[in-house]
Amino acid sequence: MIRKCCAPSMSSPPPSSDPRLAALAVEALSVAELEERLDEILDAVLSTRRTATRLAQAIAALPRGEQDFVLHWTGVVARTNPEMAYQFAAAAPAALQRLELDAAEAWIVQAMDTYDREGLYRGSAVLKNLDEFADLASSSSNAQSFEEAAHVLQFFLCGLSGRRMRLDTAVHPYTDTETIYLPPRLATLPGREENFQLYKAMAALLWAQSRYGTFNLDLTAALNDFASPQRAIELFNYLEMVRLEARIGLTLPGLARDMQSLRAGHGSSDPRLERLRQPDAGAEDSLAVLRELYERFMPPRYCYRVELRWDQAMAVRNARIQGEKAQFRASLMQLLGQQIAGAEDKNAAGRFSVTPAEPDSGDRSGVVLMLGGKPVAPPENVQQLMDSIRQDLGEVPDDYLVPAGDGAYPEAGRSENDPADIWKGVYHEGEAFFYNEWDCNRRHYRKNWCVLRELDVHPVGPEFADATLAKYGPQVAQLKRTFEMLRGEDRLLKQQPEGNDIDFDAVISAYADMGNGMELSDRLLTRRHKAERDLAVMFMVDMSGSTKGWINDAEREALVMLCEALQVLGDRYAIYGFSGITRKRCEIFRIKRFDEPYDEQVRSRIAGIRPQDYTRMGAAIRHLAAVLNQVEARTKLLITLSDGKPDDYSDNYRGEYGIEDTRQALIEAHRSGIKPFCITIDREARDYLPHLYGPVNWTLVDEVARLPLKVADIYRRLTS
Amino acid sequence: MASRVSSLQARVLKPESHLIEKEPYYERVGDEVALFEAAYSSQLPVLLKGPTGCGKTRFMEYMAWKLKRPLITVSCHDDLTAADLVGRYLITNNETVWVDGPLAKAVRCAGICYLDEVVEARKDTTVVIHPLADDRRILPMEKRGELLQAPKEFVLALSYNPGYQSVLKELKQSTRQRFVAIEFKYPAAELERKIIVTEAGLKSDAADKLIKLAHMTRNLKGNGLDEGASTRLLVHAGKLMARGIAPRTACNGAIAEALTDDPEMLRAVNELTSALF
Repeated sequence: MIRKCCAPSMSSPPPSSDPRLAALAVEALSVAELEERLDEILDAVLSTRRTATRLAQAIAALPRGEQDFVLHWTGVVARTNPEMAYQFAAAAPAALQRLELDAAEAWIVQAMDTYDREGLYRGSAVLKNLDEFADLASSSSNAQSFEEAAHVLQFFLCGLSGRRMRLDTAVHPYTDTETIYLPPRLATLPGREENFQLYKAMAALLWAQSRYGTFNLDLTAALNDFASPQRAIELFNYLEMVRLEARIGLTLPGLARDMQSLRAGHGSSDPRLERLRQPDAGAEDSLAVLRELYERFMPPRYCYRVELRWDQAMAVRNARIQGEKAQFRASLMQLLGQQIAGAEDKNAAGRFSVTPAEPDSGDRSGVVLMLGGKPVAPPENVQQLMDSIRQDLGEVPDDYLVPAGDGAYPEAGRSENDPADIWKGVYHEGEAFFYNEWDCNRRHYRKNWCVLRELDVHPVGPEFADATLAKYGPQVAQLKRTFEMLRGEDRLLKQQPEGNDIDFDAVISAYADMGNGMELSDRLLTRRHKAERDLAVMFMVDMSGSTKGWINDAEREALVMLCEALQVLGDRYAIYGFSGITRKRCEIFRIKRFDEPYDEQVRSRIAGIRPQDYTRMGAAIRHLAAVLNQVEARTKLLITLSDGKPDDYSDNYRGEYGIEDTRQALIEAHRSGIKPFCITIDREARDYLPHLYGPVNWTLVDEVARLPLKVADIYRRLTS
Repeated sequence: MASRVSSLQARVLKPESHLIEKEPYYERVGDEVALFEAAYSSQLPVLLKGPTGCGKTRFMEYMAWKLKRPLITVSCHDDLTAADLVGRYLITNNETVWVDGPLAKAVRCAGICYLDEVVEARKDTTVVIHPLADDRRILPMEKRGELLQAPKEFVLALSYNPGYQSVLKELKQSTRQRFVAIEFKYPAAELERKIIVTEAGLKSDAADKLIKLAHMTRNLKGNGLDEGASTRLLVHAGKLMARGIAPRTACNGAIAEALTDDPEMLRAVNELTSALF
């Protein structure tokens, strides 16, 4: 089980993995010791009226293992938000009375996820709402945790539909049409496997809600007709469940059987609901049945009952519909541009329309996009948009088919002579590099537009690297082994002047040559030789502000692991970070130069990587490509570790301008013989990375926690 | 007894004189047959692009049968040298004898030389095919000081999988720009069903489920899988099922385990299978 071990920095390590803790005696810490540690961690939120004494007293009563757990997590949480950390430390002793360590970990992770998503108020509510969590997380051995099931379910859902659904935890299962929320732990059924099946059934049902049109109904208006909207929505939810299960039964009979056996025949065949089981039943049928049965129907309870959070789903859905409309119309504009460019007559292109595709023609979305009566093949991302729009609305409405500019990035008045720029100006131009930038609106370079400086990362000491190596000990060993295999590829060199065996082919051809009267060659031996990997790699690490927190930790861990593995391989490599704010202050941070060995100093610099400002990627790529091109190597790789789109504070760099400049910089690099590749953690990457790097030269690691292990693995795959 | 033993022995075929007699089963996906025939008539070399198991090799067999030319297939590997393709001297009876390599054989017998997975071969191999792949159509045999002029029926075909993510395995521009490229994709659902039904002898509804499963795994490409299930894997699973293996077992063996070693991905693919069957 790889996943278990590569848990993120947020996960609780066994007590021994923190060397400082392991060094101390195993007896429990005293109140004074605890208070000192807590003072240090929680400094920012403590005052004369709010001291750590009470916290320390409560924690002192715990056994040492649990104390370590609390301290470790308080530290981890404090890095994100000290107030959350304080609340966690306050709530932890009570929680540990009721929860096992792994359940307590699930509890704090859920609280932090909620904090990231919804802020301090909601986050601390999770911490306070311990009872509810503890009920769900009865820590019997049959329980299945979300963590364990999530990966399989993620793949499962991704396989079911092209549309990616995110998975997350919430106390009750529901979906907001983009994310499926599942309980952090399930122990309702007697066995682990059954509980996994329960997860699967919930996830499938929630997926089916979006897939089969539960939300394509104006329920809010309809609900006003009922005496109790609350009861109505619950009933509606049940009726939809009946309908969706029948729908699932049509396409995924095996899954429907599993669901049936989970509920063990309950509520199976009510003749009044027959109408919902028809293959063409829609959400409006559920509403109609609801009107009939509202007064006298009691829905049975299923074990995989999910909730319907209408308002939340509507908010997300409406935002998506609007965003997609703008995006779709902008894509049509582009498409139109391409079509016109090819045509002689500029007005001949005509209007866009859609017609239903022939059934079973393999067209997933079931419609064909037409332009002036002729079908056009839209690019993959437009096709996906069309799928998504049809899933939400059931069709592609006419007003979607009018091409329009990109509404998402309104063109703000550009002020190149902003006086504020003077103060960001180039004071002393020594040590600075100037780079052109591609302006896609002008279709020209802006000359010497970006001012870039190389800075050193402030080293902070080798502890971080040591801790990472301790945390991933076994994985590092395994990585090294796989990399050794890569290196160990012996090659038999033929026709050598020196060697340890006779090359019969060479002898024979020499014999023939001699017979023909030619000169006898002296290259008649074979020699085993370690294959020379003539490779130079530049790692370009995103140090923008958005990497703050776990991402930064994962990036640094990934770099440590990568360096360890690369040491074995002997490839030449360099690591640079990039960030900056505005064109006058692009910054490149040296972490490891090509000619530098991987030593204490480099390890300390990796540890010292800190999130900075923005990501003006174009200039960074141009600079690092230049550095890389100074190295003699047959294959030159530029690998970017990124967390999102290029972005900067000014010049409209966010959006098309930045994307196009980055793309241009990558094209320049490619022309000079460099192969760019991108490893990203941005789930939206599919929308723009193929445009930047080409269809195969990027990869998505959609879980930050996996980054440390994945990066080295991707590198291995890329270069073997 | 003796006859039984001999009947168990494999037939020995000489590729350069062997013509495919029975029509190989092949379903046209688009214009690839017409395109290939036109390239053949115009003496242009052909590059087949596409993911694994989508029918590239079968297409070559079909074209060899259709054009009535011998097919010489070379599966390229990373130790394949230019001499392995062109030929070399051997010693017999204290004499050196020249032996043609498969490429030279194909040129001599005016056959079709098919270099499968050409990016796997050493870089120097791709260079020897250059003079053969442009309008000169000659194979220089350096060792013998000869130039072999290809007859007009000779065809050079390469196959190549552009989905590889390895920077060391890319086809050079100077090579790829000599070829007429034909892109292969997985066939559309309707056609794929027909292929599975014909090849595996499976019932149409079971074949439909297999195709759904294939689309699900293709959805996972790039999200944990390097490649979705190919038509070939579907045919394999179909054959197992037609022999009475339970669908879940057949799909686990022929599809899930063939696609990945990752335990979670395996589980997910198996869950998808069991959702369908």
